[in-house]
Amino acid sequence: MALRMQQGLKYLILALFTFLSIYPIFLMIMSSFKTNMEIMTSPLGLPKSFTLDNYIEVWKQVHFSDYFLNSLLVSSVSVFLILLVSSMAAFYLSRYTFKWNGMLLFFFMLGLMLPMKLAISPLYMMMLKLNLLDTLTSLIIVYVAGHISFAVFVFYGFFRTLPKELDQSARMDGCNGFQVYYKIVLPLMRPALATVSIVDLIGIWNDFFYPLIFIKSTELGTIPLGMLTLFGEHDTDWNLLFCGLTLSSLPMILAFLFASRQFIEGMTTGAVK
Amino acid sequence: MRAINDLNEAPVVRAAVKKKPLSRHLVHLFLLPALIFYVGFMIYPILQALLNSFFSWKGLTRGEFIGLNNFVRLFTESPFKETFTRALGHNVIYFVGTMLAKMIVAFILALFINSKIKGKEFFKTVFFLPKLLSVIVVGFLFSLILNPTYGALNTFLGKIGLESLARPWLGSPDTALYTIVLINSWYGFGFAMLIFLVGLQAISPEIYEAARIDGASGLRMVFKITIPLAMSSIMIMTILTFIGAFEAFELIFAMQGSSGGPYYSTDVLALYFYRLAFGSVSGGDSIGLGSALAVILLILIAGATFVSMYFFRGKEVDS
Repeated sequence: MALRMQQGLKYLILALFTFLSIYPIFLMIMSSFKTNMEIMTSPLGLPKSFTLDNYIEVWKQVHFSDYFLNSLLVSSVSVFLILLVSSMAAFYLSRYTFKWNGMLLFFFMLGLMLPMKLAISPLYMMMLKLNLLDTLTSLIIVYVAGHISFAVFVFYGFFRTLPKELDQSARMDGCNGFQVYYKIVLPLMRPALATVSIVDLIGIWNDFFYPLIFIKSTELGTIPLGMLTLFGEHDTDWNLLFCGLTLSSLPMILAFLFASRQFIEGMTTGAVK
Repeated sequence: MRAINDLNEAPVVRAAVKKKPLSRHLVHLFLLPALIFYVGFMIYPILQALLNSFFSWKGLTRGEFIGLNNFVRLFTESPFKETFTRALGHNVIYFVGTMLAKMIVAFILALFINSKIKGKEFFKTVFFLPKLLSVIVVGFLFSLILNPTYGALNTFLGKIGLESLARPWLGSPDTALYTIVLINSWYGFGFAMLIFLVGLQAISPEIYEAARIDGASGLRMVFKITIPLAMSSIMIMTILTFIGAFEAFELIFAMQGSSGGPYYSTDVLALYFYRLAFGSVSGGDSIGLGSALAVILLILIAGATFVSMYFFRGKEVDS
């Protein structure tokens, strides 16, 4: 009896926190279908009808399609470059025995504890000099630079577990260094690639800080920066605000629901580094 | 004759000698792109930030070397001293508050999910959900939910007869910071729970079995076995929360603006740094002060990470 009460209490508390973590998101999605009037008069009720009017308006009127495409471009190019350059560097560090490799690895790991955002003034001045302020390129550059340490760390750990005999036999069959990397190693490292992509994708897609500093033109904004514009210009149109918030979050939520296990594994590996 | 021989042989020899080092040098191309990005846009700017803090500034132009003067001004001169101390205090509250909330809520939830229970995967997925939102979205979403007049929370309190509890959560200096701490905990508790869970799952069930045979109660086992053995995951979470608290910027920026309103009651060091680095009138000297503040934050954050790494190195040997 006591045991059953205990179990019951556990489920009750778990249910309470399930409600707490979902409800704000649920409220956001529901409100995105309402009219402004409905939100003001009954903020907690369900929408009277599920029309897409808000979505159409946000997508067309408030540059949201621009923000979406910019975010998509910046995230995908950045993640691709991070994977490419970091896996190459980690391959170099783990497969060749140059005397400076230990130092180099330590040097890359240093980046795990340096908060790059604090170097924002020098970065701003560099981008100014390079004529890259107010371009998406500036964002891609800082995202790649800032995520290399973690990616090298994960990939290096992965290459260490991969038997060296594998690429030695490929070499005997006449592959050169680049072919070994491209044909043998790369296909085997899918799990490590997935971890790094997920962690970096969430970070980059959701980042607000660098666009805030670097981007001035409205049409070059990424989604988080677009939210700032939206809240500045339409602060009384709550239907559009909720709709914009929903649209910003939907891609990540959908991706998560399809691959929640990989997301959770990736993020926890990311932390327990 | 000899000269002709030399001429004939030389190119062949040179090619043979050259071919090997060339392909060996090509190998360094693996490293080069990562090194260029990393050194050029991470290490170099951080070193620049360090350097800048020792100089006087006029707008974006660097003046002369002034040693530690920027630091001294930040710590001793009004109004910088007051703003710095106040913001630092808020960072500490932010850290302690978030950590307390996570330790209590996330650790207990992790204990539950680690016990015999149905729907583990469901709960893990659901609790993790907030972490997928952009911090800026979280900030804006809650500023709507907590709106004093039309917001969902005060409406809800009114509906269940608790109107007296309804208040301008983010609009009053008494509640704003604590409200933000709670929102930050909402955002991170699922992730914290997962980290704790990794720690709990590493504890072998036999230890509990043995303790149960010895007659230990449930709560006693939590304090005497679970918490000590899950210490490394608790430490990781403490460090991550510490770093997060001292980098806190976006959430507060979204809800309270760049000066941490109302009346600076939610101002934190990163916001202050932002105002010094980017909010100044052109020609001002605040970039030097901003760089000095950046260096202080850098030392705090890198120091905490370094200490934790050192700590864990020791831990790994133990187990």
